[in-house]
Amino acid sequence: MIQVTGIKKSFGDVEVLRGIDANFYEGKTNLIIGKSGSGKTVFLKCLLGLHNINAGEISFDGRPLSEMEDKQRRELRLELGMVFQGSALFDSLTVEENVSFPLKMFANMSKSEIEDRTNFCLKRVNIADANARFPAEISGGMQKRVAIARAIVMNPKYLFCDEPNSGLDPKTAMVIDELIKEITLEFNITTVINTHDMNSVMQIGDNIIFLADGKKAWEGNKEEVITTDDQEMADFVFSSELFKKIRRAARMEQGLR
Amino acid sequence: MLENKLVHIFASMFLKNFIEDVGRYFTLMGMVFRRPDNGKVYWEAFVRDIYALGVKSLGLVCIISIFVGAVVTIQTALNLENPIIPKYYIAIATRESIILEFSPTMISLILAGKVGSNIASTLGTMRVSEQIDALEVMGIKSASYLILPKIAATLIFNPILITLSMFLGVVGGYFAGSMTGMVSTTEFVEGLQMDYRPFYIVYALIKTVIFAFIITSVSSYYGYFVKGGAVEVGENSTKAVVASSLILILANYLITQLLLG
Repeated sequence: MIQVTGIKKSFGDVEVLRGIDANFYEGKTNLIIGKSGSGKTVFLKCLLGLHNINAGEISFDGRPLSEMEDKQRRELRLELGMVFQGSALFDSLTVEENVSFPLKMFANMSKSEIEDRTNFCLKRVNIADANARFPAEISGGMQKRVAIARAIVMNPKYLFCDEPNSGLDPKTAMVIDELIKEITLEFNITTVINTHDMNSVMQIGDNIIFLADGKKAWEGNKEEVITTDDQEMADFVFSSELFKKIRRAARMEQGLR
Repeated sequence: MLENKLVHIFASMFLKNFIEDVGRYFTLMGMVFRRPDNGKVYWEAFVRDIYALGVKSLGLVCIISIFVGAVVTIQTALNLENPIIPKYYIAIATRESIILEFSPTMISLILAGKVGSNIASTLGTMRVSEQIDALEVMGIKSASYLILPKIAATLIFNPILITLSMFLGVVGGYFAGSMTGMVSTTEFVEGLQMDYRPFYIVYALIKTVIFAFIITSVSSYYGYFVKGGAVEVGENSTKAVVASSLILILANYLITQLLLG
């Protein structure tokens, strides 16, 4: 579990995160949602240690980040996996080299063991016959799957995804969502997903945190999203006519107005 | 009064940016020269960089060296038309020009353009496409992994390129002299052997190694710290070439003063 207490982050005079408390649970897909500019990406980068926070605390299974030495932080990073918004695959390396890269760098494994683990991860994300291709030669959906394979290759305890569905068609986006959900359950990972895709919210939102103006404005799960009376949250999630209709129908079914 | 104030503002802004750049450059170098996470992976990167930054420059260096060597010979011959001056002086002048200045300095300046922009744009693109962040999240010392092999590759391969350039420059001069009839092959070879100082080669190679470090580290600095998108990557690539060329010229003067002055 990742525990966040009162974290603040400013860039110059601009206060982006204004004291956020949140818990991200093991074996669950934890979603961070919010409007553009609400501080989602900064929040995620703070969790990853890519931004230093100004106040507050982040603990990974009871290990406070602020009390860690450099060496411990580096060891913690080996427990993290990250899927970036644009996949962030290394252009000069093939699909196979991209996935095996963390293993080559850190794992004490033989060449054949690295090959086996790489192929296992690529198979797990349903990538076949693309080992020798470069990122530029595969589709956006495949790049995302390769990025997931690379993120899980070191058996991470924590998986972070920054808008994993951006730029994908709805069907591929759903496949990626399902894949992340399956992997989270299969390997009992604490998964944190930064998204503004409402399909993802309704499909895989085990624990949802809604950010507004750098603060946590709402917390709940995908069922509670339907029943919430929080107007700001409802306005954000059900902004389209289709979602408004779905919400009305679901609330009527539950005897709510 | 207003003019003075404006000059003062611009001067202090320039000074502030300069001090900031120098500080960040040395901080980056501190991050670069750290113990590698895994020697084998660094070695693979080093081999890739030898090819990308060194081997791929071979063609350009060869062509430029041959033709500039030829031009230097022809121009020297045209300026030494006095019958009292022996023809072999043309070869001496060609040899000295190429070894002392053309190959180490001019070729390094050309490499600052070719290799420097390559490094800055590659690292800049990696920065804006979050590939550097991806390395950091994996726990990899990104500055060290990305820049150290590049510095090692150019420090090792640039002296090879420059030595080749010296040889081809002289060969170009030899053929230009004989083909135009301005200096015979016998006179040219005689001139090449006359008053030869091996220290000049050492001097040229010392310059080359220092220039290689300047080109790679300065370009890496501009690429590694890019903020923004494609436009900023382009702007920083240009800044990298301009800054490394200027520092190289300044270093050239200082080294020459120290070693030959």
